[in-house]
Amino acid sequence: MRELEKIRFTRKNLPREEYFLSGHRGCQGCGEAVALRLAMKALGKDTIVACATGCIEIISSPFPETAWGVPWIHVAFENTAAVISGVEAALKVLMRKGRVPEKKIFCVGIAGDGGTADIGLQALSGALERGHDILYLCFDNEAYMNTGIQRSSATPFGAWTTTSPPGKKAKGQMTWKKNLPEIAIAHNIPYVATASPAYPYDLMTKVRRGAEVKGPAYVHIFSPCPTGWRCPSNLSIEVARLAVETGVFPLFEVIDGKWRINQPKKELKPVEEYLKLQGRFRHLDEETIKLIQKRVNEEWEKLKKKASLFPYEE
Amino acid sequence: MKRVALEGSVAVAEAVRQSNVDVIAAYPITPQTHIVEKLSEMVVSGELDAEFVPVESEHSALSVCIGASACGARAFTATSGPGLALMAEIVFIASSMRLPMVMVLCNRTLSAPLSIWNDHSDAMLVRDSGWIQVFVNNAQEAYDHVFLGYRISEDHRVLIPYMIHMDGFFLTHAIEPVEPLDQEVVDKFLPPYQPLYRLDPSNPITMGAFVMPDQYAEVKKAQDEALKASYQVIVEVWEKWGELTGRFYKPVESFYLEDAEYAFLSVGSYGEVAQEAVEFLRKKGKKVGLLKLRLWRPFPFEELRKVLMGVKALLVIDRAICPGGPGGQVALEVRSAFYKMDGPRVVDFIVGISGRDATPEDYVKMFEMAPELLEKGPEDYIIYGVKE
Amino acid sequence: MKLSWREIKPGAVITEPGSSRNLRTGDWRNERPVVEKEKCNKCGICYLFCPEGAIYETEDGYFESHLYYCKGCGLCAHECPQGAIKMVLEV
Repeated sequence: MRELEKIRFTRKNLPREEYFLSGHRGCQGCGEAVALRLAMKALGKDTIVACATGCIEIISSPFPETAWGVPWIHVAFENTAAVISGVEAALKVLMRKGRVPEKKIFCVGIAGDGGTADIGLQALSGALERGHDILYLCFDNEAYMNTGIQRSSATPFGAWTTTSPPGKKAKGQMTWKKNLPEIAIAHNIPYVATASPAYPYDLMTKVRRGAEVKGPAYVHIFSPCPTGWRCPSNLSIEVARLAVETGVFPLFEVIDGKWRINQPKKELKPVEEYLKLQGRFRHLDEETIKLIQKRVNEEWEKLKKKASLFPYEE
Repeated sequence: MKRVALEGSVAVAEAVRQSNVDVIAAYPITPQTHIVEKLSEMVVSGELDAEFVPVESEHSALSVCIGASACGARAFTATSGPGLALMAEIVFIASSMRLPMVMVLCNRTLSAPLSIWNDHSDAMLVRDSGWIQVFVNNAQEAYDHVFLGYRISEDHRVLIPYMIHMDGFFLTHAIEPVEPLDQEVVDKFLPPYQPLYRLDPSNPITMGAFVMPDQYAEVKKAQDEALKASYQVIVEVWEKWGELTGRFYKPVESFYLEDAEYAFLSVGSYGEVAQEAVEFLRKKGKKVGLLKLRLWRPFPFEELRKVLMGVKALLVIDRAICPGGPGGQVALEVRSAFYKMDGPRVVDFIVGISGRDATPEDYVKMFEMAPELLEKGPEDYIIYGVKE
Repeated sequence: MKLSWREIKPGAVITEPGSSRNLRTGDWRNERPVVEKEKCNKCGICYLFCPEGAIYETEDGYFESHLYYCKGCGLCAHECPQGAIKMVLEV
């Protein structure tokens, strides 16, 4: 995979063109919009995007206006991976038949955590198994934000949402976040990565690597939502940074089944530093926070173990 | 070209191959399976240069076709009954997004109970989906309509996907005589697809934006008007096909209607059996005829009225029930075509639920039952032959 | 200005990329970012983190916010390593 190594974004080669344009209807401080804008910069103009119903779709395509600078199609909520499979298949055969000029065009599917982990999981699994040359980006704001902050299977343990409110019988979401990157890894695809907008060059690098790699690629992008997570709009990036620094959302790449952890520091900060910035965790008692910390520590150990068993050799 | 004996499904696969389809996405479901099996053989052997996408559900099958058509590829899918039901969300979207493609619906009962056999409950599920819809009566027609479907749906005056209703088992699995076309003839009739809009980085467009209430009605009206206007193109292209092959297809096809007092009205392959009964009754001196309704959407109101105005009573052969409602959907629509006119009485027979056979004798019986049923209202439909 | 049904392209396709730029999302804000140029070291971090893509590089390498679009979220001010950006109440 030496070719992938060569792909790296820094200040020097930062693309200046925008393909997710101003005037979109995102909330102030939308972390997902930051991540998407950066991802689109990394992908460039020779990209076709299939998008699920959700925040990104709604803020960017209010007829007759569009915030997209690349060809873009929205069909439904649960079929992003199927639609982009159709795009990829079409381009493949049309180029082969000479009806469309041969050119590298990135086929990118974009969906939220709802449209990926829940209703979209079947289509994603099918597309990954069939081996289409696509990139799937899951923008994870940890709930069904566009419809009003309802829980998804990507909502973290203990989080308040409108359908997992804390009360007498529960302390918020009482199940643990579904591990989507692991599901993608289980499909034995060439490239899986996690990314956070707090590490913009790392995010852009991973998106581009996923696009360039031959075969299916999956990048899971942490997307803070100040509206749904109940934090001030200027804290989205700090929250995204703390998620990584506390190990709640560790950064790693799995290239052909070989693991590479890209955590900025070896030591993890206590999860409380991450949780206390967000109103959706305000109701948590000490016992629950300890439980969350225990789980984060366990997952971190598991991750390090996997990386040591199947390390990616540079 | 010489006539050959082909299984209906194989005839369809042949037509798809000859149409130089680019992307095929399908999920297996009885009785559509032979179509997709044949197609995957053709792709693997190199006979058909296409991408065969073995999707993980019918919902994804049509989604793949949408993604492909949006890029300018000629796309094909086929399904039946419950598969169509799962696909239904996307069926409405394909037509509203004005994406040309052809789907063969191998008509099968919707569950429950589970049954693999043929009726039109699946067709009626997508009655309002905005697709151009035709019913074929035999394997030759199924073969022909694949080419007609692409030619019509890809026409820039149309841009509406084309659904071919083909009775499951009766047509898909029966071996019938089919006259295939020479490839040069097909190529001349069906040039490569030139999309009006396509996903292309050199011209970035947005497809599938959301629309607010203050503009939505206009979008829907535009779609409705387009479907209605496609009637002209359909008739024009079917006429051309007649000149090319000698097989003239019309929105409605009449048999022995000139002086008919009673007329059967059929949709799909059951009409061919009714035709035998009509010929038998004519020999007995009965003034009876048959109308085969071929074009379901856009509904041929004018043609129907023109041809049936003088008939005393229509015996509609419906193949699905509208539970708790006005009987079968075909009778409902035909009745509405004569609203406020001095038109024929409509007697609604629901025949062949889930593939129960109807012989020419059955149609003769229906003809004999008809006079007592003339004054019945819409809620008095008869499920023919049901065991009381 | 609403379109008649005849003016709508098939499938309600939108053919003008980036037409969202018509909307003055700047009307949404309560606060506006103000840069103290003396403190700015032109690192461009504010440019990276703006959700609107409203921050642009000027000729002399500094970064300004396009007030037509700036929603006043304050991310640039909060993330600036030099503390060169302050959010000022709109009057």
